Amino acid sequence: MPPRPLAQSPRKVFDGFGFCQRSVSAFVQPRSVEDVAAVLSRASEEGVRLGMRGSGRSYGDAALNGGGLILDMRHMGRVLSWDAERGVIEAEPGLTIRELWTRTLADGWWPPVVSGTAWPTLGGCVAMNIHGKNHFRMGGISDHVLELDLITPGGEHVTLSPTRDPELFFAVLGGFGMLGVVTRIKLQLKRVYSGRLKVQQFHTPTLQSQLERFEQHTQDSDYLVSWVDCITSGGGLGRAQIHRATYLHEGEDPAGVAMLSPAKQDLPGHIMGVPKSVVPKLLKLFSFNLGMQAVNLVKYAASVVGSTKPYLQGHAAFHFLLDYVPEFRQSYAPGGFIQYQPFVPKEAALPVLTEILRRSQRAGIVSYLGVLKRYRPDRVLLPHALDGYSLAMDFPVTAANKADLWRLCGELSDVVTEAGGRFYPAKDSVLRPQDVQRAWGQDRLSRFAALRRRADPRGVLRTEWAERVGLDVFDR
Amino acid sequence: MSTAFPRALIVGASSGIGATLALKLAGTGAKVAAVARRQAELDALAAQSSGRVLPYAGDVLDYAATPALFDRIVEDLGGLDLFIYNAGVMPPVEESEYNFDKDRQMIEVNFLAAVQWANLAAAHFEAARAGVLCGISSVAGERGRRGSPVYTASKAGLTAYFEAMRNRLTRYGVRVVTIKPGPVETPMTAGLKLPLMIPADRAADEIISALEGGATEAYVPAIWRPIMFVVRNVPSFVFTKTNI
Repeated sequence: MPPRPLAQSPRKVFDGFGFCQRSVSAFVQPRSVEDVAAVLSRASEEGVRLGMRGSGRSYGDAALNGGGLILDMRHMGRVLSWDAERGVIEAEPGLTIRELWTRTLADGWWPPVVSGTAWPTLGGCVAMNIHGKNHFRMGGISDHVLELDLITPGGEHVTLSPTRDPELFFAVLGGFGMLGVVTRIKLQLKRVYSGRLKVQQFHTPTLQSQLERFEQHTQDSDYLVSWVDCITSGGGLGRAQIHRATYLHEGEDPAGVAMLSPAKQDLPGHIMGVPKSVVPKLLKLFSFNLGMQAVNLVKYAASVVGSTKPYLQGHAAFHFLLDYVPEFRQSYAPGGFIQYQPFVPKEAALPVLTEILRRSQRAGIVSYLGVLKRYRPDRVLLPHALDGYSLAMDFPVTAANKADLWRLCGELSDVVTEAGGRFYPAKDSVLRPQDVQRAWGQDRLSRFAALRRRADPRGVLRTEWAERVGLDVFDR
Repeated sequence: MSTAFPRALIVGASSGIGATLALKLAGTGAKVAAVARRQAELDALAAQSSGRVLPYAGDVLDYAATPALFDRIVEDLGGLDLFIYNAGVMPPVEESEYNFDKDRQMIEVNFLAAVQWANLAAAHFEAARAGVLCGISSVAGERGRRGSPVYTASKAGLTAYFEAMRNRLTRYGVRVVTIKPGPVETPMTAGLKLPLMIPADRAADEIISALEGGATEAYVPAIWRPIMFVVRNVPSFVFTKTNI
């Protein structure tokens, strides 16, 4: 009996991590390279459009393909090899960051770049070229990928590396899954000597002082991140609590060696004394502008009176803030939320970020959570990072505010692109084609389109994000 | 005329309750996609409704064709507000007859195909966070009856499935409605002597009123609710001695 046409595969409602975008797709779950090759070839023959998805941690529509087929990669998550001497792992794309570090930490290796949640799959990480709180030192995950195996819809099976077809390699990294399916990832990990980091927190009363502190600490920190109060205006605009962290050298933290055991990396059960199961319900009570202003005030006040003395914190606890409260998104029910994360060159950071905060406050649409991070330029063809800053802002979405929120984000994107800024597909729900055109420029986009014509001549690959921002259009 | 359901889809619409529902919904101003095997009957409905009933010839047992047909209908209608699964068969089954051919047909048409169609509509409504998903089940699904073991089983399955859909979808703003008609005068019941039989026209009116009124479960006519309450609670050792 011939196999069932792909379009008749089971269907599912898929959503973005912000659960304000969702759609119905048929889906298949490949378990091997052969499965992937077969699906790609059949999709091409049957005229079915296909989008890849891992854990669904992209906030918007980057892992959605409504009306088409989703290639759910979570069942291809095996570790293919692990070299504990050199810290080199080879894995299938469905392996999550959590599965990665729980395999390698006991041997003294930690992923060089991790996102704020441990659930994304490596395939998703590579497709989005994820960054962590250390981009200014370590770059994106693309800087640590040694090799990739790729199957293109055109039927090519290729191994890519910085020296083997570098043009395609650096386009697949951060190419949001539009050039083929990555089936093997070889990654260099980072040697660590303790299961802990040395962390220090301090506050900065203004945006300017915050940026100055970041610049001071880029040389002596391994990680830098700040929580920004996006609600307070006037003199306190952009005030923040900064966390900086450094790795511990060999012998510096003898007690931390035992913490290399994954079992010792459990996330704390309480946040500021509140059991984490209660936190989403509590946050929901405060999920209005004045309520969140109070939360931001208390948090900032705590950082002002809190000690600036360094303390030791486990890697997982430091990195995976979003995983502390797995159900934190429920505080945004029922409309969900978006994250708007513009990247701004450092010279323009102060005026542009000031303008962004002021405009959102004037519009009466303020972010309940703002996170500032520092970046260095990136080698990939379509980078979101640049020598500068990103400010990630969570906005609740409601039936009442949606049109205004999208309009505001459009205005902010104009400000950002005017200043030479960029955006991050994994976080996006609001970008328009002109934003992407301005952010990446015609030269990069033309090179990407040419690679896409080569890898996917029949236009099999599609996501709602790529279509929305106009990157799905090319001569078929 | 304003309609509560501008875009409706009825599966099993060529005769009986389905055809009457299609015409009445079209009469309220709805665009109604009508799915059934018989093209001529569907065309007649289209003509009677001045084109507001859109005919889609299709066999619910053609499982391979159903997803694409559903997608085409939703595209043609420009969305979907109301889905009704009404297809059903009840071939005569004699005392002491154990006929897998008939049994299989009832399970497939009354239950399995209903699951396939309603799954498609449910996913659409869940993503849209809106819609009304309606299944025409039967009072027959409330007890297993000696005269129609598999018909009652197929309707019991359908009722349980729609209850599960309700438990799954209510949180997303989707209303799931289970209609439990008693005997209705339709081609399916032609020649049968059944209690409290009502015309299809009245059944359709009561179903539409339940759909428009926000119900999630309706007996048609309403008198079946207290009757079935009693019937449901008859102990099995008593039920085995009845001719129901």
